Amino acid sequence: MRLSYPSNVKIIQLPCSGRVDILHLLKAIEDGADGVYVAGCLEGECHFLTGNLKAKKKVQYVKKILEEIGLEPERVEMFNLSSGQGPRFAEIATEMVERIKKLGPSPVKLEKAA
Amino acid sequence: MIVADRKPLKELLEMVEDCDKVLILGCKGCVTVCNVGGSKEVGILALTLKIARKKEGRLLEVSEKTLERQCDPEYVDEVKDIVDGYDAVISMACGVGPQFLSERYPEKRILPAVDTTFFGGAVQHGIWEERCAGCGACGIHHFGGLCPIARCAKSLLNGPCGGSADGKCEISKDVDCIWDMIVTKKMKEGRLDELLMLRPPKVWTTARDGGPRKSVREELVQ
Repeated sequence: MRLSYPSNVKIIQLPCSGRVDILHLLKAIEDGADGVYVAGCLEGECHFLTGNLKAKKKVQYVKKILEEIGLEPERVEMFNLSSGQGPRFAEIATEMVERIKKLGPSPVKLEKAA
Repeated sequence: MIVADRKPLKELLEMVEDCDKVLILGCKGCVTVCNVGGSKEVGILALTLKIARKKEGRLLEVSEKTLERQCDPEYVDEVKDIVDGYDAVISMACGVGPQFLSERYPEKRILPAVDTTFFGGAVQHGIWEERCAGCGACGIHHFGGLCPIARCAKSLLNGPCGGSADGKCEISKDVDCIWDMIVTKKMKEGRLDELLMLRPPKVWTTARDGGPRKSVREELVQ
């Protein structure tokens, strides 16, 4: 397909989005990531039944934590798509990068660099 | 188990405002089971505090450790060689943990990270409900094995009040009227008549009314 998507998206492969942990998402933010998103399978189509739904709840929890400490919850997001939706994958990557660009660099990263 | 909720992050951040280095201590007892103060939650709080402080441009050094229990001196002793290196110790145990730490380390600042709420259990994954009020003299055998002290909004011991409707308590549609449950249970047991038996008033001296409580087992005391 040779689709292009923003090169500043770093992909971490997991066997199932259900493996994503609150700690992983927070660690990325703490390390200075401007945003983190989880790309899981379509709802109702998880091979392990509820992995993507569990991931969704964890993402929501992290959003809540970020909001509580004054960071934009939009920096963390959950997307659902099937492995056959290559174009959608590229679209989501672009959408997320655009969103983060609007928000600007993470203040955590800014202070780290200072 | 003892159930607790994590304190609001704002409150915790205010507590560590003047700290540069803190130790977060989890507990593998009740608070691990109710997912509020075990090693996972210690990790989450540590990262959260670090993110919040980095955002302000002031780094906070956070160490993590989870003890077997914080309500036994031998486990609280396990951090004796490291506590001095921190400005404060944040305990994620129930209200007992920070007090054992405070008593064991008199010169150390000990901060509670959770609000201890009640004695209860998980009615489903992620939802806990109160079951026991710790009155010190269990009488649930009089009430079909259900506790009206802990579970009736008014702790009534002589039947439901006028606020009981369709099995629910008037305080909330989410709260069962325990007296409705007690009567139903007694009917199913075929022992409804027992609720009519006269009993002396409950003696509350075993509850908090008698001051802080202590339990001594002579056969164990060394």
